[in-house]
Parts: sequence; C-alpha cells; structure tokens
Amino acid sequence: MELCDLSALELTLLLRQKKTSAVEILESTLERIGGVDGRSGALDAGALTEEDKQKVHAFITLTDDRALAQAQKVDQQISKGEDPGLLAGVPFSVKDIFCVNGTPSTAASRILANFKAPYTATAVARLEAAGALMIGKVNLDEFTHGSSNESSAFQPSPRNPWDTSRVPGGSSGGSAASVAAGEVPLSLGTDTAGSIRQPAAFCGVVGVKPTYGRVSRYGLIAFASSLDCPGPVARTVTDAAAMLQVISGADEHDATSAPTPAPDYLSTIENGVKGMRIGLSPDYFKITYPDPNTGELLIQPLPAEIEKSVRQAAEKLAALGTEIIEDVPMPNTRFGIPAYFVISRVETASNLHRFDGVKYGLRTTAPVADLTQMYRQSRKEGFGLQPKLRILMGMYVSAAQYSEEYYKRALRVRTLIRRDFETIYDPNGKYRLDALLTPTTPTTAFAMEAVYGNSVLMQYADQLTVSSNHAGIPGISLPAGLDENGLPIGIQLLGADFCEDKLFRIGRAYEHATENADWRQVKPQVLR
Amino acid sequence: MSESITVDVFNHLVGLAALELTSDQAHYLRTQLNHQLKVIDELKAIPLDENVPINLHGVPYEKASSALPREDIHKPFPDPRSILAQSPQVDDGYIIVPDIPHTTLK
Repeated sequence: MELCDLSALELTLLLRQKKTSAVEILESTLERIGGVDGRSGALDAGALTEEDKQKVHAFITLTDDRALAQAQKVDQQISKGEDPGLLAGVPFSVKDIFCVNGTPSTAASRILANFKAPYTATAVARLEAAGALMIGKVNLDEFTHGSSNESSAFQPSPRNPWDTSRVPGGSSGGSAASVAAGEVPLSLGTDTAGSIRQPAAFCGVVGVKPTYGRVSRYGLIAFASSLDCPGPVARTVTDAAAMLQVISGADEHDATSAPTPAPDYLSTIENGVKGMRIGLSPDYFKITYPDPNTGELLIQPLPAEIEKSVRQAAEKLAALGTEIIEDVPMPNTRFGIPAYFVISRVETASNLHRFDGVKYGLRTTAPVADLTQMYRQSRKEGFGLQPKLRILMGMYVSAAQYSEEYYKRALRVRTLIRRDFETIYDPNGKYRLDALLTPTTPTTAFAMEAVYGNSVLMQYADQLTVSSNHAGIPGISLPAGLDENGLPIGIQLLGADFCEDKLFRIGRAYEHATENADWRQVKPQVLR
Repeated sequence: MSESITVDVFNHLVGLAALELTSDQAHYLRTQLNHQLKVIDELKAIPLDENVPINLHGVPYEKASSALPREDIHKPFPDPRSILAQSPQVDDGYIIVPDIPHTTLK
C-alpha cells in the first residue's frame, strides 16, 4: 500500500508522528496520478486512443507547484512544533467549477477556458488554511450540466476507475474518480440534483451533500443558485466528516450561508446508532418516468441488487440497535425531476446570461457588426449543447405566458416535496426519523455513450437524489457492495436540516459493521 | 402528441437567449425540449391546494439559519487590475466592445 492509498486522517496522523512528510505524501500522490490518470482534459483533444480508454482522466489542471509550496509550509510548521491544521498534508482535488486565485477555472466550458480566477472560493481557502494541499482542478459536466461527465468541453472526459468503459457519474465525476483511483483522499464537489452523491455511488466512495447554507457558495460558478451545495467526496465517512467540518460555517461573502458554527463532527462520529430511527420508503424502490415519445407514465422497480443492498444495510443497522421503520410514505418523490427540469433551468438561464464575451471568458474573433452579434457569436462558440439546452428551457418556462403554469407551479410542488421530509423528521410526528435510508441511484455506472444525448433519461439518473436538493436537507452516499459486473452500489442516508452529524454517525457505524465484507477488499480496475 | 415548442417558438427563444445554432443543433435541442416538456407536464396533474405557497429555497430562512443583512459598506477589491485583465479587450482601464446598436423605444 502506498501513502496515497491511505485515508486523509491516517495521513495527518503519520505526519504528526513525523513518520512521513507532506512533501513525501505529495510525491506519492503525483506518482499515482502519473500512473492512472492519462492525459488531462483539454479543448480540441482529438480522437481517443486505446490507451486513453484505460485511464481515468480526472484532471483538467494540475497545480503541483501550488501543492508543493503548501507541503513545504506544512513541513516547516511541524518541524517548529506548530499546529498545521486538521487536514495538514492531505492532498485534495477541486471540481473545476470553483474559482481558485491564479488558476484556470473553466467550468469545463470553452467559454471559460481562458479564465483565471482573481479570487478563491471560501471552501477551497478553508481547506488550504487547514493545511490541505490543492493538487489540481478536476473535470465535470460543462457548467455541471449532466450526470456522466461526457458533456465536458475538455476531453477525454473522466472514466470510472472500476471499469473504464463506464462513466464515473456526474457532474462531480472528476472528483469521485480521483478519490476512487487513489489520486487524492479528498475532493471538493458540488451537488445540485445529486452531483456529488451519484458519482460517489458509481465510483464506490463517500459523497456528502450538506444542508443548503452549511457551506458557502462564494467562488462557486453558479448553476442553480437555490439548489447548489458544495460538499466533500472521500474514501471514508470520517474523512468526509473532517472535510465538512473544515469547509462549513458562516461566510460574510455568501448571504445564504447559515450562521450556525461549524460542528465538531469527529467528536460524535463514533457514538453509534443505538436508539436511532431509520426509515425505508417504497417510493424510493421504484422509478417513475414518462415515455419520451408518448408521455405515458412508466413505473419500473429498481434492480434487485440495488434494493437488496439497501435492505441488507437496514438489517446491519438494526443489529446495531436502530429501529427500522418500514413503509414511510414519500409521495412527492416522483415529482422531483419534473420540478427540477423547471426550477434549475430558470436559474441557470439567468446565471448563464453573464457569459457574453465582454468582461471575461471567450469573445469571438469572427468579424461582427455590433455588440448584439458579438454576444450571439461568442455564446454560440463558447457554450456546448447542454448549457444551450438548459438556457432555452429556462427561457421558455419562465416566459410571462407560461410562468404560472410551469415555474410558479414547480415552486409550489417544491413545497410539497419539502413537506414530505418535514413530516418524517418531525420529533412529535408519527415517524420521528433520524434518517431515511434509500438507494442513491436507480442503476450502477452505465457505459460511456449509452445515455449521453438523451437529456430526459440522463436527468432521471438523479431521481433518488434530487428531492433533497429541493428540500435543502443533507444527504450522504455510502459504498454498499458490488453488482454482478463488479460495479459499486451506493446507498443514501437523508437527514433533517443541519443534522449531518447523525448521518455521519450512521454512516460510520455501517462502515465499521461492513469493514470485513468481501466487497470492501476489491480494488478498482485501474489499481489491480 | 403535438409539439409545444414549434419551430417559430423555438427560434424566438434562441433570439431571446442570445444564441445562434446550426441546423443540426437546432433539431437536437428542439427535440429534447419537447421531450422534457412531456416530463414537466406531469406537474399539471398534481392537485395543489390554493394555500400551498411557493418555495424558493428548501431550508426556511429563519433567524437561526440565515445571516442577518450586512451593512452596505464599500470594500475595495485588493487588485482590480486582475479583474480587468480578464476582459478580452481593454484599453487604458476601459473594456472595449463593438458598436452598441441603437434601438428606438416605443
């Protein structure tokens, strides 16, 4: 086992015990990246080679000089007996949707390919202040618009370390792939409909969508501002908790960040689950979607392996002293995607209007007659198909004549979704749950090019995660086994507002109870 | 099923969105928009009590969970030149753009 295979907290312990140095950790990390990542994502990358198809391609930009300077600083602090921070010497990657001063911050879009951020996102600044080493920016779906990473303008797009013919999920696919492949123990992602949890499930790692407001969005290039949540991707629950502890808390630069102090999750994470109440809902064991051609509603059960993983997890947790509550109704779950198609599109159409070729980003070099033509030509050249699709839908459903029928109605449906969760977590209600246990995704990782292009089917990859974004509540995806193809299966815990501590306790208890399971001993394909 | 987003409606949207498209792109995007609308139309069938309010963000903004408005104090950015440097065309601190078309408002 190499240093880069250790968890974040194992690394910091070794560092504090002076059994290794931050520079040695960084060297191990760079060696792993050199071995598994292949060429970084780039514009106009040309055809894929056979070698490309065996690599992970998590990164767009490596910032090894920045990481080395930080590592040397950490080593100096340790030699002087100073406290270098909770995550000292821990390499991390950053989804390239965050601004980091002096680095290309592309959103995986041609329109921002030449943009170097003049400031740093709060979450990244807090990680570096805690001694962590930012090793680079990782790929994503363009502007986070997708669930497979294939829409990135920077190709080759990331591949799943468990099977490189499959997608890593998205939009934080580069984050999840980089963690699963042992390139970094931690990555900073974002979750708007499931964009941390779905790739975490596909790649067999832990992904956390915090409560809306728990983590500042300052420096995050916005997709849908009322839904976007920065959060951790990690290989262990404890590492994810440590990372969230570092990045959470009020921020004067983000008026939607909650003033609640950053909790000490690590002090309670080993407290166990005895007496907790965990629910199972039949509404999370099926997927309901309309046929794209006829509009007819189709209902399909989830694959048996996925449901079995959830029920086995429930049995494990019951054996640890939790009470499992069956048949918890979540009747509005199936409206999550239709409402999301409206709300997220309206917000992104608004947010993407700022990209006009004037102040930053791509400006066309083609001859133009006037400013209006310059806007259109720059946006034509700069945006890929997926942002264009979202902008157009946002314009349509928010138009004056349709707003009542679509946008305002979707916002009221959002209230119903929120009420489902308020009902089950109400401490004086019928269910009084500490968490809802569900599958994270309706499938395991699908093949590259199998879904891309079908925007409806791709969106339904988020059906089991998106409701928590509408409601604002926290969720965590945990690895829970492998399917018949050896692909990771993820399970999800959803909690009440600002109750991430409970999710970490349950997740850690489950992780501990399954630490000797056969599937936990299997390594991703790229590490065998 | 009929298409809600006709070619005319689509072209109007493209103009509003300040986009230009190739014919292949237009075909793909209009097809996908109409597929998505069939999903969105599911919302119409949901019985909604008149008293169901809109929800603009999941977590309620209450005193305990939302920041108080901050004072409106100007804080200069430490390096405004780094922001100006991002513009594709700058001259002497001014951002240069092509001619701005004049529109007579009715």
